[in-house]
Amino acid sequence: MNILINFLLGILFGAGLTISGMTDPENIIAFLDITGRWSPNLIFVMVGAISVTAIGYRIIFFRSQPILNTKFLLPPKKSIDRPLLMGAVIFGIGWGLNGLCPGPAIAGLFYLYENTVYFVISMLLGIIGYQLLKPKT
Amino acid sequence: MDNVVLALSGGVMIGISIILNMLFFGRITGISGITSGALIALKSKALHPNIWRFLFLLGLIVGAGLTHFLFALPLPNEPDRPVAVAIVAGLLVGIGTQLGNGCTSGHGVCGISRLSTRSLVATIIFTASAMITVFLNKLFLEYFL
Repeated sequence: MNILINFLLGILFGAGLTISGMTDPENIIAFLDITGRWSPNLIFVMVGAISVTAIGYRIIFFRSQPILNTKFLLPPKKSIDRPLLMGAVIFGIGWGLNGLCPGPAIAGLFYLYENTVYFVISMLLGIIGYQLLKPKT
Repeated sequence: MDNVVLALSGGVMIGISIILNMLFFGRITGISGITSGALIALKSKALHPNIWRFLFLLGLIVGAGLTHFLFALPLPNEPDRPVAVAIVAGLLVGIGTQLGNGCTSGHGVCGISRLSTRSLVATIIFTASAMITVFLNKLFLEYFL
């Protein structure tokens, strides 16, 4: 049951990415290309998503716990540290180079384009590599 | 102003998926986090409690396919960037999202919606970094190719 709900949530998320054109890396690069033919599309996607999420979260957090779990699992970190800043810079370079971030890249596997497939394999290797080599905390 | 309505509607659908994930399971919907958790689960063999991650990610792909089918949307053009660029970019996105604990969904949508300063700062920086990358890339292509 839980697993079915997760599958449906994934479908809804993937459908949202696709309808809004985010699975096409050219649309992302058009947004990032501020000195070229700039397109504001991504801003509208973010505005749609953030307004729903901000209001929804606010209402949900009146509950003491989620429906199918014992507690809300929120990220504990609050401070702005060096890994956060470096990580964001590195992620941004990769995002700008190929126009794909993790969500659209995985949803875009549907197209089986060579570029996307190589990107995702490489991204998974990057994640595994980091997890294997990261300093133990 | 092409496709503003589609962009907004897609954003709303993403938002609904995100709030339902919090309502049912109490979880932030960050795609890089869901993916890395899935990979860690493979390694640690703690598969059962993490099967949802694989189903969610599979759902992303199915959702893309269903949308093209139901709305008869044309497929995007195949990217013409060299595979080498895709490989380098993929590595950077993989490493950067782990180091910075999140991507466009986890920081950009969920974090900003929770009014997290960390997420707001991360989102501003990765967006600026991506814009600068696109700009430098254009300069490079103009002058050297």
